[in-house]
Amino acid sequence: MYGNAYIDPNEKANSIVAGEDPEKLTEFETRISKGEKIEPKDWMPKEYRKQLIRMIEQHAHSEIIGALPEGTWITRAPGFQRKLALMAKVQDEVGHAQLLYSAAETLGKSREAMINDLITGKSKYSNVFNYPAFEWADACIIAWLIDAGAIINQVANAKGSYGPYCRALDRICTEESFHLKYGHDAVVTLATGTPYQRNMVQEALTRWWPPIMHFFGPSDKISQHTEILMKWKVKMASNDDMRQQYLNMYVPKIWDLGLTLPDPNLKKNEETGKWEYTEPDWDEFKRVINGDGPCNAERLAVRRNSEERGRWVREALKTADTKYIVPLA
Amino acid sequence: MIKSLDPRITRAEIELTNTIAPLEENDQWETYEVFHQKKRGDQHMHVGIVHAAHPEMALLFAKEQYGRRGQSVNIWVVKTRDVYTTDYEDSDIFDTVPEKMFREAGGYKVMEKINRYKKEHKI
Repeated sequence: MYGNAYIDPNEKANSIVAGEDPEKLTEFETRISKGEKIEPKDWMPKEYRKQLIRMIEQHAHSEIIGALPEGTWITRAPGFQRKLALMAKVQDEVGHAQLLYSAAETLGKSREAMINDLITGKSKYSNVFNYPAFEWADACIIAWLIDAGAIINQVANAKGSYGPYCRALDRICTEESFHLKYGHDAVVTLATGTPYQRNMVQEALTRWWPPIMHFFGPSDKISQHTEILMKWKVKMASNDDMRQQYLNMYVPKIWDLGLTLPDPNLKKNEETGKWEYTEPDWDEFKRVINGDGPCNAERLAVRRNSEERGRWVREALKTADTKYIVPLA
Repeated sequence: MIKSLDPRITRAEIELTNTIAPLEENDQWETYEVFHQKKRGDQHMHVGIVHAAHPEMALLFAKEQYGRRGQSVNIWVVKTRDVYTTDYEDSDIFDTVPEKMFREAGGYKVMEKINRYKKEHKI
C-alpha cells in the first residue's frame, strides 16, 4: 500500500535542470518519450535522481509503517482464517518495503541512510498511517479501501520511466490484488452480517473517509515542476485525476452495500462525468503530515524500538570483509 | 510509555521519545543479486537483490521476497561485488557491422546459384 508522494508546489522550477548538459538531457528525454526505461548506471538529471529517491523511499517507508495499524489486529482477528490471511497480508507489505528499498538503493542512497531518515522523522510516509485502527472493522476498511487507492497509484507508477522501480511495482501489484479481494470480502462480511457488525463497519468507514480523501494528496497546481516530472515519467497522473478514478471505481461499490459516506456533497456530475465533493481539510492534512497526527509519535517510537532491539543480532552477524557496493538493477 | 490500541505495543513498554543511535554503515550487511527460475526448463533470470550477512541467509530472504506464491522453483544468489558487468555507455560493442555478412544466415544466397545453374543447363 502507498500514498502519493507529496511534491511541494512552491519549489523553484527554474533551477530544476540548471547545470545539466543540454545534449545529454535531450537524449535522456528522447529515450523516455520513446517509452524506454532508464537503468541505474545511465546518465540522469540530478533532479530526476533526487525526486525518484524521495518517492521510492517514501513508498518503502509507507509499506513498513502501514504494517503497524493492521498488525495491531493480528492477535485479535476474528477467527483463524482471518488471522492467517491478515498475517500473510502484513508479511506481504513488509516484503514490498524490501523490494522498494532495493529499488531506491540503486540510485545511490544506502538502506541505512533511508532507515535513519525514517526514524528521525526526516522522511515522510503515507499520511493515512498516522491514524489509528480502533476496531476490527478499521483494519478491514484499510485492507479494502486504502489498498484500493494504493493499487491505482502503483499501477500508474509501474508505467513510469525508472526500470528498477517499475519492476518492483509489477511484482507488488500482483500481491496487492489478493489484498484488495481479502479486504473486500472482510468488509462485505461485516456489511451483510448482524446489526452490530454493520454498525461497526459503518463507523469505521465514517472515520476513514477524510484520510481516504487525503490519500492522493492536494490538487497539484500545474507548475513547471510537475510538468517536468510528468514529462520524465516520474509522476504519472495528477492527484486529482487519481482521486477521480478512485471515486469512480469505489463509491458505487460502497453505496451498493447500503453504507453511507460522510459527505452530503458527494455525487457524480453526469454532465461532466466528474465526481463532486466537499473539499477535504488540507490544513489537517498538512498538520498531520508534519508530525501532529494521532499516531505519528507512536509509529516512529515503535519503529525505533524494533531497530534498537534487533541491532545486536545484526552486529553479531557482521563479518570483517563486508563491503557494500550499490546494487546493479 | 506508549499506551497503544495494540496490547502488544503497550506490553513492550516503549518510551515515546526513545532516541537511538543512527544505523552505522554496513548495518544492513551487503547485497546479493538474486536469480530465479520460474519453472523447470526455464532459464534463471535476475529478479533483484537482498541484503544478507551470508549466502544461506541470502537464499532464505530471496525465497521470502521473490519466491512467494509459487513464483520460483529454484533460486541462485551471488554477491553483488562478484558480478562483472559491461557499461551501457559501451553498448556499441554489440553492434554488428554490415561487412560481417559472412556470419549471418542472410549472407548466403544459394537459391540464386541453383537457379542460374538450372537455367544454363536447361534442367
